[in-house]
Formats: sequence, C-alpha cells, structure tokens
Amino acid sequence: MRVLEAILSIFINPQFYKIALTVATPLMFASLGGVFSEITGVVNIALEGIILMGAFTSVVFTYLTGNVWIGILMAIVSGIILALLHAWGSIKWAGNQVVLGTAIILLSQGLTGFLMEPIFGQPGQTDFVGKVDEMTIPGLVDIPFIGQVIGEISPFVYIAFACVIFGWWLIYKTKLGLRMRSVGENPEAADTLGVNVYAIRYFGVIMSGVFASLAGAYLSVGEIGQFKELMSGGRGFIGLAAMIIGKWNPIGAMFASLFFGVFGAFSNQLQSLQEITVASNVKSLFDTIPFILTIVVVAGFVGKSRPPAADGVPYEK
Amino acid sequence: MNDLKKDLKHERHEDYAVELIEITKRFPGVLANDRVTVKIKKGEVHAIVGENGAGKSTLMNQLYGLYQPDSGEIRIFGQKKSFAGPRDAIKSGIGMVHQHFMLVDTLTVAENIVLGNEPVRGLNFDLRKARQEVKELSEKYGLYVDVDAKIEDIPVGMQQRVEIIKTLYRGANIIILDEPTAVLTPQEVEELFVIMRNLQNSGKTILFISHKLNEVMEISDRITVMRGGKVTGELITKNTSEREIARAMVGRDVVLKLDKAPHKPKDVVFEVKDLWAKDNRHLDAVQGVSFQVRRGEVVGIAGVAGNGQTELVEAITGLRKVEKGEIIFDGVNVTNKHPRLLREMGMTHIAEDRLKHALIKPFPAYYNAVLGRHYKRPFANGAFLNHREIKRYTTELMEEFDVRPRIIEHLGGNFSGGNQQKLVVGREIKAGPKFMVVAQPTRGLDVGAIEFIHRQILRMREHDVGILLISMELEEIFSLSDRILVMYEGQIMGEVRPEETTIEEVGLMMAGKRLEEIRGDKK
Amino acid sequence: MKKIIESIAVPVVAVLIALLISALIILAIGKNPVEAYGKLINGAFGSQQAIIDTLIKTTPLILTGLAVGFGFRAGVFNIGAEGQMATGALTAAIFASNFGGLPPAIAIPLTMLMGMLAGAGWAAIAGFLKAKTGAHEVVTTIMLNWTTTYIASFVITGPLATGFGTPKSPEISASAQLPILMRVGAMELSAGIIISVVAAIFMYVFLNKTTIGYEIKAVGFNPYAAEYGGISVAKNIVLAMAISGALAGLAGVTELMGVHHRFLGELSGGKGFDGISIALIGQNNPIGIIFAALLIGALRTGSNEMQFMGVSKYIVIIVQAIVIFLVAADRIVKVIYARKKVKA
Repeated sequence: MRVLEAILSIFINPQFYKIALTVATPLMFASLGGVFSEITGVVNIALEGIILMGAFTSVVFTYLTGNVWIGILMAIVSGIILALLHAWGSIKWAGNQVVLGTAIILLSQGLTGFLMEPIFGQPGQTDFVGKVDEMTIPGLVDIPFIGQVIGEISPFVYIAFACVIFGWWLIYKTKLGLRMRSVGENPEAADTLGVNVYAIRYFGVIMSGVFASLAGAYLSVGEIGQFKELMSGGRGFIGLAAMIIGKWNPIGAMFASLFFGVFGAFSNQLQSLQEITVASNVKSLFDTIPFILTIVVVAGFVGKSRPPAADGVPYEK
Repeated sequence: MNDLKKDLKHERHEDYAVELIEITKRFPGVLANDRVTVKIKKGEVHAIVGENGAGKSTLMNQLYGLYQPDSGEIRIFGQKKSFAGPRDAIKSGIGMVHQHFMLVDTLTVAENIVLGNEPVRGLNFDLRKARQEVKELSEKYGLYVDVDAKIEDIPVGMQQRVEIIKTLYRGANIIILDEPTAVLTPQEVEELFVIMRNLQNSGKTILFISHKLNEVMEISDRITVMRGGKVTGELITKNTSEREIARAMVGRDVVLKLDKAPHKPKDVVFEVKDLWAKDNRHLDAVQGVSFQVRRGEVVGIAGVAGNGQTELVEAITGLRKVEKGEIIFDGVNVTNKHPRLLREMGMTHIAEDRLKHALIKPFPAYYNAVLGRHYKRPFANGAFLNHREIKRYTTELMEEFDVRPRIIEHLGGNFSGGNQQKLVVGREIKAGPKFMVVAQPTRGLDVGAIEFIHRQILRMREHDVGILLISMELEEIFSLSDRILVMYEGQIMGEVRPEETTIEEVGLMMAGKRLEEIRGDKK
Repeated sequence: MKKIIESIAVPVVAVLIALLISALIILAIGKNPVEAYGKLINGAFGSQQAIIDTLIKTTPLILTGLAVGFGFRAGVFNIGAEGQMATGALTAAIFASNFGGLPPAIAIPLTMLMGMLAGAGWAAIAGFLKAKTGAHEVVTTIMLNWTTTYIASFVITGPLATGFGTPKSPEISASAQLPILMRVGAMELSAGIIISVVAAIFMYVFLNKTTIGYEIKAVGFNPYAAEYGGISVAKNIVLAMAISGALAGLAGVTELMGVHHRFLGELSGGKGFDGISIALIGQNNPIGIIFAALLIGALRTGSNEMQFMGVSKYIVIIVQAIVIFLVAADRIVKVIYARKKVKA
C-alpha cells in the first residue's frame, strides 16, 4: 500500500512535470527536425549524429571562447554542415538515404571521439566547461505549483516550444510550407508548376540540422555543461518515433515528445523513491524503458500514420 | 494529304500560335524527335496523333519546358522562345494537362491550382483569395469543382477539370491536353469536348494528343501524325479518314479488328459471389460483385479507371483481402487464399502494373521466366534450383513469344515495355493455366505487340482456358470478349454480348446507369 | 573480367578517397599522415604476431559483414548486428558455463547453436514487426541494440557477476572453447576463422543455388512481384532477419569461444557496426565481404600502433563512415570513375 501511495505521490510533485519537460525538450527539437526533412521527402536518420555533433561542438566552443552562446551558435553551424552533407548525398547524388544517414551518424561518432584527445587532452568525457543556467521568470515563479514547473527552468524549453510554433506556422500558413508539402507528396507535380524541388528539399534538410543541433546543445551545455561520449543516447531515433506518432505534424510531434517526456520522468522519479529499494544494477533495466517504449509505439503507429508519399524517394527528372 | 504544304511563302509567323521547327531530341539509345516541324494556328484544335513511343509526349514536354530540344526552334505567337523550365513556358501562355495528373493528393483543389503562384498576404499564404480566384475561374469557364475538397477525395472527371483550371489560372492561351480521354467514360468525353469548344470560343488554342482516332476525327480541326520520331502526316480533319490516319501512324494498312472465331464455352471454371473488398484507404471499392467464367470463354470487364477493377483483380488473385463473399475456383472455395495456392490450382495472372507486380527488374530474364513456379520440378529439386533446366525453358519461352533481345541473362528492367509484356504473357500462358486473369494487357504497347497479345489470348480461348479480361480500352473489350460486364463504383451495372449492344449503351453503364434502366428507358 | 573490375571499382575508389580524406584530418591535428599510415600497416602486417592479430580481429568481422550483407540482399537494413552479436554471446556464455562433463564434440556445436538461435530470435523480433506492422527495421533494431546493452549490463553486474574489476561473466568450460589453430607469442588464432569462412561459403550457396535464396532475393528486390509470384513476403522478411541475426550471433559466439572465453561489455565493441561498412565495401557478396573484413580488421589492428603517435583509433570509424557515404551515394564514385575512363 505504501508503494502505491509513493507511486501516486510522484504525480503531485511539480518536479515530475518539470523533468517531463526537460526530457521532452531534446525530443521536441529532434522530432521537429525530422518533420522538416521528411515533409519535403528526405528521410533523415542522421539526426542522431547531428545531435551528438551539436552537443560536442557547443562544448568545444564554450571551452575555447568562454561564452556558452557562441558555443550554441557554432553547434548550429555544425548541424547545418552535417545536414548539408546528408542533403548533398541524398538529393544531388540520389543515394540511399537510410544508409547515408547511418554514415553521418558514424562520422559524427568518429569525429567527436577522434577530437577529444587533441582538444581536451582526455578521452571519454570533458570537464565542466560552462552551461546555460535555468532562468527565473519573475511573477510566473511565484504561482503555486505551476511556478515550480515552468517558472524556473532552462530557456531551452521555451525555445523548443517557440520552434514548434514557428514550424507549424511555416509549414501550414506560408506559401513556402505549401510548397514543402507538395514536394514531399508529389515532387513531379510541383516541378511542372515551376517549384524548385531540389532547393526546397535542401531547405528542409538544413532546417532539420538546425533543430537537431539545438537538441544536442541542450544535452551538453543546457543540462550538464560537459560532453560525454555517445551522449545523444538514441534520442535521434526516439525523435523519429515521435515524428511518426505525430503524423509528420509539428504539433503532433510535440505532443508525442511530451508523451515520451512523461515516461522518462516517471522512470526517473520511480528510481529515486525510497519506498522501492532495488539493487543499483537493476537501474540498468529501467534504462531500457524508453527504447522498448519506442519499439512498441513505432510498431503500433506506423501502419496508422502515413508518411509523405514521396518520402525517401530521390526525385529525378 | 499535304494540303498544308501549299502557300508556304505566304505564311506569316503571327498566324500561328505555336511553331515547332526542326525539333530534334535524343535520349540515350533513342532518337525521340527527328527534325519535327509542326505549326499550330491560332484558335484551332490541333490533334497530334501517333502510337506509343512515336514521340508525341516528348515533343509536348519540350513545348512545356520540361526538356530542352537538342536543336530546332520554338516560336510562340511569332516570337522565338527558349524555355529553361515550365515557368518560362507558363509565362509564355502555355498550359499542360498531363496524361497522368500532376496533383498533390493531400492538398485541396484550391491549393493545387495556385501552387507555385500563390497569392500572399504579408508573410502568409492567402488561402481565402486563392479560393475566391478559383471559384471565379470555375464559373467563368463552366468547369465545376469543389474548391475545398482534397484531391484524393474527388472523382477523376473533377480532377481533370482541376488540371484545366490550373492552366487557366496562369493565363494559358495555348492548352495542351495529353491523352485526356483515357480516364473518361464516353459521356464524360463528350462533356470534355464541350469544354474544349468553349475554350476555343474564348480564343484559346488547343493541342490534343491522342491515339484514339474516332475522337480525333470528332473534335479536331487539323491533325499531325507522328511515327518513329518523325512527322508522317499533316491532315485537315474534314478531308481525311480514320483509315488514312492509321496508315500514317503505322506505315502499313492496319487490321483494326482481329477475327474472333465462334467457340463454344464449356463448364464454369471460376465464380465470384457477392464479393466485397476495400481499397488502400479502407473505403469499399468492390461492392457485391458476382459473375462466372466458363472454360473457353473470354469475359471482359469494362469500366473507367478507379471504379474498383484494380481491387477486384487483386482480391481474385489473392493480393487483397476479401471482406465478404466467396471466390470459387474449379469447385473449390479459394476466398482469401494465398497466391501460391491459386497458382498451384491453375490460375495465372497478367498484372495491370507489370513493373510493380509481374516483373523483377534486377532479376535476369531466366529468373523472371519461372517466377511463381520456381520451387517446383523441373525448375527445382528439393531445396536447390536447377539452373540448367530454368535456362533451357527460358530460351524456349523467349523463342515462342518473340521476346527480344533473345538473351536470357538480360535483366528484366532492360527490356523494352513491349518485350517485358511478352515475357510476362509468355510466362503466364506457358504455365498451362485453367483460368487466366488478364488486366490491361496492352497498355503502352505499339500496334504490333498489341496484335500479338490479342492473338495469344484468343488462342488460349480456343484451348478451353477461362479468361477474365479487364481493360479500359473499349475496342479491346469488344473485339476479344464473348460477354461484357461493366463495372461502376464497385458494382456490375449490367452484362451484355458484344454483338447485342452498342458503344453508347456500354458507355452509359460505365457512367453509372444500370442496364435495366437503359433498356427500360428505351421502351 | 571487365565485369569484376566494374563491380569492385566503386568500393575500391571509395576506400581510397576515405583514406585520403582521413589523411587530411590527421594533418589537421598536426600529425604526419604518411607516418600514421606507416604505423597502421606495420601494426597490421609488420610481424607474424601482427598478422595473427589481424586474422583474429577479422574473424568476427566476416560474420557481421555477412549478417548485414545478407540482410541487404533481402531488402532489410540490419543495423542491429551489434545487439544480436552481444545477445548471442551472452546466451552462449550462460549456457556454456555449465558444461564441465560434456565432450567438446557436443559442447562446441551446441553452444554455437544456442548463440545463433539467440541472435536469430533477437533479430526476428524486428523482422516480425516489419512484416506485420511495417515498422522500419533501422529504428527497431537500434532500439533493440540499446536494450541489449542495458540487459547485458544488468546481467554481468548482478546475477552473473564474477571477480573484480571489469564486469564479466564466469569463464565458460574448457570443453566449450574453440581449439587453437596457431599460437604466436601472446596471440592465439582460434578455429573461429574457419567457421567464418565456412559461413561465407554457406551464404553464397544459399543465396545463389537454393529456392529460398531465390525467394529472399525476390522479396528484397520487389516485394509486390514476389507476392504476386506466390512468395510469402512476411515469412521471408522474418527469415532473412533471423538468418542475419544468426550470423551476427555466431560472430558473438566465436568471440566468446575463441577469444575471451567469457562475456564482457566490450565483446561486441563496435563490430556489429563495422559489419555495415564491410557489407557495403564487399557489395553484399560473400567473397567481397571476406576481403572487406580483412581490410577493416587490418585497420583495427594497425590503429593500435597508430595510437602511440597520438592518432586516435577513432580514425578507423571516420574512414568507415566516409566509405559508407560514398558507397551509398555511389554515383559520386561512378562519375569520377567514368571521367577517368573517358580520359584513358
């Protein structure tokens, strides 16, 4: 009985909701990136690699310049570069987009590992270099309960929500968005009307790089202020799952990310409950939850939500 | 035949809306357009006629800026033009309605029409203005469309009207219609002709690409005939005949209809009872279809594309789930059984979409030739393939069915369309079936290949094979079938014998009227 | 002959370009690439001991390359070879720790079988999901990889924990260990290499001579046409993933039985991912895969020596990433190759 009470007490703790938001934040960025790319017809598995590179680059430049915002800016630059590489291979050379994405992930893992020693003098992980502190919003922070959730929280969370709204507006309310959607569904039709299919696809992929790198920057300088090997931890793929559940819609992907965030927060809070005592190594089993969840969700949703018709198919005249 | 060629010296460029002068276009391995010259007068309906592969589409694609000519000149209303892409052609007043519609399924009618030339309000896309402008055009030219409907939800006839409005929205004065009647019932074709005359009266010039001679005779003012990339005829419609056009199209006198010997069908080999099946969007596509096919008879199912024929064929051949009803083959209930069992029992299938279903492009011809029986003797011994026997069989098949080039290692995807089809037809026939499902067997083929395949089908009929033929070419249905069924919106509208009916009657059924109603109306 | 040259042109040129770009990266951190590559070659082939080391490293790579390559032939991208390898090794380790009395003639094949079944089962989960729901195997297999990592971590720090230091499982019984073929200094080459080559031969025969091989290829090329031809697409997708997983599991098993003799965290150590570049370089062909595995094995071995001059082992991953990129977008290479042909 005490165990049940303890579990229910998780939900009345504002910390739970705050953690849900922070777990969801990188996923919101990643899934939004996935949407931008796939809605124009380019499959982007490389998100995982771009996240990792974003995390690394932001730490490197924070370390070199002492300014965390320059670090974040350079992370975005790195994301654009990797995305351009993926776009180049996929669009100009009509390569197999899934395999290309895998190459980018490996490249990112290789480069980040390779540069650890030359730049930081040690492998595995860096020391603390600096982070973006949580920001306190006066007035908001004083509201009971809600204030403890969003009144004092990393600015990245707000930036993530802003990006989602921006993404939704761009895709559904502007003519650029109309063209993006047409290019992903029927590029030939768009081409016959003079729409530049290649340029639109490059745009979609580059934007996915921008958002994914922000996810990475958050993981490093937004949360812990350092870089650890392989710290992207599968989030690129979970982000893709959120995109699928969200039916390739920015708002839908946001909700799906929040869903994963809730699960992650629950798992986190469960482990720190005193009423449940488990050996430390069982913690490893808890860590499998997000991955098994992703499998279940992807398997359950894939048939029901339909990707853009030309997704993954190179366009050739 | 060459009435046009007189008075060349007195021509003025301004008389012509379009002049294509000595256009040449080469693709790897084929000279698609060989110094083609076509001149189209302002305000006329000009037909461009030829078989599949004659070069008509390539020519039009250059006029629309999708390709650039290797050499030659294009003049629009007397002015020399060079189109780097469709935008340039559109700016010069050219609009094109493609054979395969260029529409984005998930967007609405209004969005599709304005795509690429969207009205804006500040940073936003002005959907309200788009809808308004489309409604205005729709009313002005009498082209009824539902502006807010998604393309995937509207019927084919409306989709075509959307395509036409697309061209008018961009101020087209010259409208190219590429094989527009392939997806229409005879009645809808008449409606299209009315629209074309309206457009002509508004001062538009219309290019009408087709291989249907009767339509060309009805609607056009002048005709250019192409064959093998060259112009082989320039005719004035009221002075010529179908026979003359056909001869210019094919280069010899064409037998427009094969002789079908009378043949007595035997017992029922295949039966369908109250069959229901859904399409890919989970809507009912086949709604209670019933019919029988006897050994030695050809049952033809006529109907415009999109009325459930594809789903019916897939349900019968085990590629789609049957929701309700029964399929009985040779006395055995085979509803929802796997294609393997159906093939084992003696059913074969010439698929509608050969590249999607019937052929594996990266497989060599000898692997394609045994697809479906690859695991049986003599092609396999237990778990292992017998390559020698497979290759021998393939050589035999390619000889019998005139598949070229006669190279068994040639990859499936490298054969031309006609030869791919001959390979598939050969495979399905040589398997010695009791019942064949033949769907769109001659789509995209030239006259020679069509003749060959029709002969094979009639030969099977004489050997007491039951044949179900699904086709959108009424001529094919009429010339091959012993009985004709017409399908509309998933249901059979009626059953007739070709000698006891008319194109008009069948056309009415294709458009949704039941046979009883039609014959009842006559009384 | 011309055909063979044409088919190896793409991977060969891709490898050369990758080595070139990597040389530039080495230069960028202030090291001499010629010296680095010299150490690489020396470390891989410079002595008898080095050659044996290279062969030891190559053994599992042949198998993971076959695993991924087989998947590609069937139209599935098995990026989960890493997890399947670990699953196979872990299962076999648990199984083989308890074999004191059985003779090797039984213990060895049985252990191998357990490992292969475990790898096959793990991969079949992704195959089944793909066949039934269309779930993309890349997402599901990567998720399964991560799941394996954590489950294995749990097992060797908990129920099976042995000794001190690095978490590991108990040693497997001697009768389940593979016989040693050659011993040079501290390097022992086990019979695993023979198993790998036999597996390659098996893959060749299976794909080219059997009816199931025909069906798997048909499904990989065109699932619609395969179904039309009476082939069960769902069954073959699952089968292809299972066979692929079995090969990956076998890789884990040979590492277990031939090298480490117990399960530890680094047993799979990236070899599953190596399989991807190996399959692509080898153009999914068993013979090509053997050569490609040798190449990557040499790079891995040689890179140890390169580390001493401050060039990180990660350069090998960078080389592989570039190769995968160029083979996936092979038109880049083909254009270069065509230009050279025109000049010549």
